[in-house]
Amino acid sequence: MSTESNPWATASDDTGAAESTASNPWGGASTPSSDATSLSASGTPVEQTDFSLLHPFQEVWVPLDSWIETGVNWVVTHFRPFFTAVKAPVDATLTAIDSTFNAAPPLLVIVLFGLIAWQLSGRRLAIGSVAGLITLGAIGAWQESMTTLALVITSVLFCILLGIPTGIAMARSDRTAKVIRPVLDIMQTTPAFVYLVPIVMLFGIGNVPGVIVTIIFAVAPVIRLTNLGIRQVPSDLIEAANSFGADKKQMLFKVQLPLAMPTIMAGVNQTLMLGLSMVVIASMISVGGLGLMVLRGIGRLDIGLATIGGIGIVILAVILDRMTQSLGQDARQRGTRHWYETGPIGLLLAFKK
Amino acid sequence: MVTKLEVKNLYKIFGEHPKKALKMLEQGINKDEIFKKTGQTVGVKNASLAIEEGEIFVVMGLSGSGKSTLVRLLNRLIEPTQGQVLIDGHDITKVDDKALRDVRRSKISMVFQSFALMPHMNVLDNTAFGLELSGVDVQERHEKARDALAQVGLESHANSYPDELSGGMQQRVGLARALTNNPDILLMDEAFSALDPLIRTEMQDELVRLQSEHQRTVVFISHDLDEAMRIGDRIAIMQGGEVVQVGTPDDILHNPANDYVRSFFKGVDVSNVFCAKDIASKSSLTLIKKDSSEGLISGLKLLNENERDYGYVIDKSKRFLGVVSASSLHDVIKNKQTLAEAIIDEVQPIAADTSIGDIISIVAHSPCAVPVIDDQQKYVGVISKARLLETLDREATV
Repeated sequence: MSTESNPWATASDDTGAAESTASNPWGGASTPSSDATSLSASGTPVEQTDFSLLHPFQEVWVPLDSWIETGVNWVVTHFRPFFTAVKAPVDATLTAIDSTFNAAPPLLVIVLFGLIAWQLSGRRLAIGSVAGLITLGAIGAWQESMTTLALVITSVLFCILLGIPTGIAMARSDRTAKVIRPVLDIMQTTPAFVYLVPIVMLFGIGNVPGVIVTIIFAVAPVIRLTNLGIRQVPSDLIEAANSFGADKKQMLFKVQLPLAMPTIMAGVNQTLMLGLSMVVIASMISVGGLGLMVLRGIGRLDIGLATIGGIGIVILAVILDRMTQSLGQDARQRGTRHWYETGPIGLLLAFKK
Repeated sequence: MVTKLEVKNLYKIFGEHPKKALKMLEQGINKDEIFKKTGQTVGVKNASLAIEEGEIFVVMGLSGSGKSTLVRLLNRLIEPTQGQVLIDGHDITKVDDKALRDVRRSKISMVFQSFALMPHMNVLDNTAFGLELSGVDVQERHEKARDALAQVGLESHANSYPDELSGGMQQRVGLARALTNNPDILLMDEAFSALDPLIRTEMQDELVRLQSEHQRTVVFISHDLDEAMRIGDRIAIMQGGEVVQVGTPDDILHNPANDYVRSFFKGVDVSNVFCAKDIASKSSLTLIKKDSSEGLISGLKLLNENERDYGYVIDKSKRFLGVVSASSLHDVIKNKQTLAEAIIDEVQPIAADTSIGDIISIVAHSPCAVPVIDDQQKYVGVISKARLLETLDREATV
């Protein structure tokens, strides 16, 4: 398998000396006016293991691919129970959310979303999300949308659970930050397709590995922005809290987190957006939902199906984005004292009085 | 007087190798040299102070003199490198984190130059912040916070947020927050420096008023001599991390320890520093003692002999009675009236502790030198226009 996947190694085999020169424009140019037989005759000694300064990379120096393969294989055989254990909570959460969304009558879901949007942001977003969700149903993407929604919500939930404590740890210690930052860089820059393969080997295929891939892809912003938000809390406020005898826990919950909240919510918002985009890519490892519609559309050149999937993702993205963005603002920015004074809850409380 | 807060040989050196810098300090190498050689910054050098219970102790110095560092060493917001800080005789540099938190929660509160109010809490919660950290339940802490807000006159703003208040009001909240804990010691780090002059004076009066109601030990950091003179019972002056002089405002004014201390008076508004009794002159005056209606003619004669137009009348016990002029005496003698009728109303005496700033216009508009009396109505001296000008001129030339 290793030789097959390695174009350099193939070239060293005698099976296709001509082929290899043909695919190598420099190699071809260096041997002008020669027929196929002389090429193959003269080609063989060149393909020996002799090191040539002209073609230093003819041979693979570091067989990284086979190392990784062996490594992953070793991990898969020895750590199977660990990965099953990791899967379990994700699986449980996803199943619960997914079955709730899919079992609930669509009208109930639409009304619920409308109310939440109204509470979080205002009447405009409420009307917008109701209209958006109705559109989703009307174009025949309801079930897929609910699956995607469940996937994204599960991923974001785990991203928050993992990301905020990690961000706090980074903000507290420069050393932790130094260690974690390159890991985040790798997670964000590695193309998503690259780690689909090891994830499949470790976790298999289906929705749960899909959520795990999404978590890896999307967790970085919430970690980074939690760290940033806490570090940006003005030092005079930290000093003031210290001067009144705040301990570490009080400092975190009464000063740092409340003040960092807008930044952290911006991180959650970014995580959500990344999660939505990853759900499409994850459809390649047999994750259901809107992403699968798009993938199928591409596979069959069915532009209608692909468009429906695409529109569905855009509608979900806009609704979720607006909702989380308004989470980052406090009530006073929206002209009221407390969050419970507006929206449906405000209305309800006003009725009670 | 009991010593509340004592600082003994306190050092603070910022940097990685404080020991090295300490050794160099012992060898008598100065601050700049040490920084050049080791990169260590000497924040506070061998400070020793004894602050009495109930006094307002002002630490003064230019920026970079280590006064803000010193005040943070008192509640260990900055860890001292060496030395002791004794609160009621207990060395807080030795205690563990928990004990330190208890001290900060109950004994010592701080007011900051930048106000440092929590933007996500309303005024009431900000004021109750210290008690919240101590674990006092909501009802009790809000009650105490309301009391503290009432003390600074802000009870009606309890539900506002800090960004809705003016600077002066925000600092009142800062003050109320520090008072809510009912601390023995109040640390004020340039607390009024960010406020405009008018509000600053108002806040100083507020502090003095609060102090008269409840005697706390206040350590007040300031770079402003006017402020220090105004509110300080005693003043410590810092230069380059060292305490160069400690004393009452008068002490420091009259016997400055070195040129640095003297330089503070340069450009400082002397009119707030000195008061009327400091510049009143007792000499070169004609005094007319009053026994009865007699002595009118001798008095007039005395004025004429000394070529003066006005005389200051006092009785045997030096009580000030009034001002007479040569012409008013003349009229009285002509009409055979008593001395009491000769006293002219235009010139009113001024109290001994009136600041010079307040008497400028009185002296300027008075026909003669203005008499100064103390709180027992006793005659202290007079201030002439020339005398006042001479005093005001000092601020430019000293």
